[in-house]
Amino acid sequence: MQTQYTVSKNYRKEIADDNYYYARSCIRQNFFPGSEATFLNILKNDLGRTIYDDPKHTTCTGIAYHSDVIPFNTIQTVVARHFALMSEHGFENFVASCVTSFGMYIEITETWKHFPDQLEEIRHHLKKATGREFMLPKNIAHTSDVVYKYRMRIAEQMKYPLINVKTGQPLKIVDHIGCHYAKMFPKNGEGGAEFTQVLQGMIKAWGGATVDYPERRHCCGFGFRQYLVQANRGYSVSNSKKKFESMQPYEPDAIVANCPGCAMFLDRWQFVINEMHGKRYGANDSMIPVLTYEELAGLVLGYNPWDLGLQMHQVDVTPLLDKMGVKYDPDEKYRTRAGRQIGSYTPHQSR
Amino acid sequence: MKNIVVVGGGIAGVETACLLAESGNHVTIIERSDKLGGKLNQWYCLFPDFKKSDEVLDYIHNRLKNFDIEVKLKSVVENVEPNGNGWFIYTGNVRYAADAVVLATGYDLFDATRKEELGYKIYDNVYTQADIEAKFKSGNLKTSYGKDPERIAIVHCVGSRDEKCHNMYCSKVCCVTGVKQAIELAKFLPKTEIFCFYMDLRMYDKHFEELYRSAQEHHNIQFIRGRVSEVSESSDNRLSIKTEDTLSGRPMKMKLDMIILLAGMEAKKNTLATAKLFDVETEESGFLKSKDFHLGAGILSRKGIFAAGTCISPMSIKETIENARSSAFQVNEYLKSL
Amino acid sequence: MEFGFSTLETRSIDYDKFDRKLIEYLLRYEPSLLVCMACGGCTATCSAGNLTEFNIRRIQLMVKRGETDTLKAEIDKCMLCGKCMLICPRGVNLRNVVMLIKKALATEVIEKSDKQSLNS
Repeated sequence: MQTQYTVSKNYRKEIADDNYYYARSCIRQNFFPGSEATFLNILKNDLGRTIYDDPKHTTCTGIAYHSDVIPFNTIQTVVARHFALMSEHGFENFVASCVTSFGMYIEITETWKHFPDQLEEIRHHLKKATGREFMLPKNIAHTSDVVYKYRMRIAEQMKYPLINVKTGQPLKIVDHIGCHYAKMFPKNGEGGAEFTQVLQGMIKAWGGATVDYPERRHCCGFGFRQYLVQANRGYSVSNSKKKFESMQPYEPDAIVANCPGCAMFLDRWQFVINEMHGKRYGANDSMIPVLTYEELAGLVLGYNPWDLGLQMHQVDVTPLLDKMGVKYDPDEKYRTRAGRQIGSYTPHQSR
Repeated sequence: MKNIVVVGGGIAGVETACLLAESGNHVTIIERSDKLGGKLNQWYCLFPDFKKSDEVLDYIHNRLKNFDIEVKLKSVVENVEPNGNGWFIYTGNVRYAADAVVLATGYDLFDATRKEELGYKIYDNVYTQADIEAKFKSGNLKTSYGKDPERIAIVHCVGSRDEKCHNMYCSKVCCVTGVKQAIELAKFLPKTEIFCFYMDLRMYDKHFEELYRSAQEHHNIQFIRGRVSEVSESSDNRLSIKTEDTLSGRPMKMKLDMIILLAGMEAKKNTLATAKLFDVETEESGFLKSKDFHLGAGILSRKGIFAAGTCISPMSIKETIENARSSAFQVNEYLKSL
Repeated sequence: MEFGFSTLETRSIDYDKFDRKLIEYLLRYEPSLLVCMACGGCTATCSAGNLTEFNIRRIQLMVKRGETDTLKAEIDKCMLCGKCMLICPRGVNLRNVVMLIKKALATEVIEKSDKQSLNS
């Protein structure tokens, strides 16, 4: 039975169509190093959009805010500085590459809407600290919103649809949205918090099938405070485990994640759970490859998987590449640009 | 002879109209739809005694035959003008003079799609209690897969007592409706496990508590105290729910074949427009505001305008009939004072 | 590999995964168990519950939810005084429920495999 959901009017969000100021994520460049470059390439080269990648831009400090390390006033001032940079470069559309950052930008602009005194205080702080002034963005979107907006354009240029080349069947793809995208402000997420469309829309547009499993909306367990303290990581991994157990009967071909932390942990925790319990959740006792939506878009558009950074994943992505019929050179997987081989991955045997 | 216009031809409107005609007034009923009886037409049987809804409908139709009441179907009040102590009421090209007006505009069933997490109109086999009444009428209680459901959940308080839906009040008749439907289902489907997920069980009227006990004792209906927070579909095409078994203090999950949402009674959207036309006050909930909670039920904020039935608050059929009779009495008292 | 942390077991009751033999047996011999409305009158008056962690109201809930791991240890705390029956507004014979559980655990009423899991 297919979910018969159509995006309700309440959850249609406005997404700017061009001229974006890009706010990178602080952690994605380590976790999935090809994703942000791929987003910029797709936007500039495949979609012909203007986007400014600002070297002066910093972390939004959301990671520290959610870990109780940085107070609200500080993060508001950091965010105000980002808006100042955007204004200085003549942009009005802010696009964030991380759902936590996105959630922070929404939380802060909403706060300012309801507490104008707070906005004035932050203007004062920023002026005092940096001499800068700022305008509020006209449009704030998450980078996946932009990919979602142009999903049909990407579909037109598609080289490898999300179809199993051997069976001709759509690939079964689990979407994971991430709590900070729409659970805090459902009206700011395409489709709201319960039936979020942002990744589903891409999967369907590119020929795949989404998996509607019972723990679909459950948190991946990242939880900031949980994974930061080693002793607490049991909570984190157990949440992911709950999701894997729930999706297992559907035999998904891949997971696509919206959030830097979710993508990271859904990928890494599979390895950890396999080490701890010898349990794997994909079909035929395999693990389930985890992609970011930029990586998925890149694959669909025919980018070289090693340029997308897929060799940096914990779960081997090649079974998915084979299902999609993506052409790749296995020897190139761990070869540096200078031509040096830096090793090969051998799957760990569980104890 | 005084002229009275009754807006709404559900059971409250018809009962009020008949009593007012009986005391010698000229009464007109203006009804939006194409038949009298309102939402009761969709109901199969009534709590707490399983009386067939048709018996109540027959009662009001037969009663109507005794009086010379003008019934205007498919008509809407479009405009209201003051006329001395009374009003001119316009519908289409027709003008009615009225010395008093009774609003009996009824209720809307809460739109269960607003509680997205419960999957109404998203997953198959998720129904409201109104859908189930229709199923009782047709006698077909199979799932969309053509099977008898092995397990059914009845979910209480959908859209009631819920700040997220802006409905702070208790719709009060849903609890006993759930218990009634659970027993009917158990009779139709003796092998099916039936669960009621409740927060509080409000068995407020005569025989309700006994019905609840009978559901437990004779029909093995299981009452689990906890709000269903999420409905989804399982890989074997069943429905899967999450709740807390609050009496155990632990989260709980369960697979089911059918879910029935007890959607609350909401103030009708049309009532708000009608209230505006007649310049009478409504409450924050959207229901019509009576002059005094204890002593003035059905007497609205403007002289000569009265209300009857579920446009005042959620009510059972019994209470609606009682309320209609009391409103008719109030109208007569008012007319005497003119 | 040592990670310094481990996975946690779910606290969730999985209603689809428990053996109904015990509850079916209890309902066959003590159908009054059906009408409990969880008022807690029994626990309030319970002799054992005033001195120990014992909660007689929870006993019936435990069997209805398949929480049988600690059931044996729990019912051993009951002093069988019967005050719970005196107070119950719905006439549930809880003392008999306790006796029946003891009997079920001690005899072959429940198959051996189930008994082992109940005793473990």
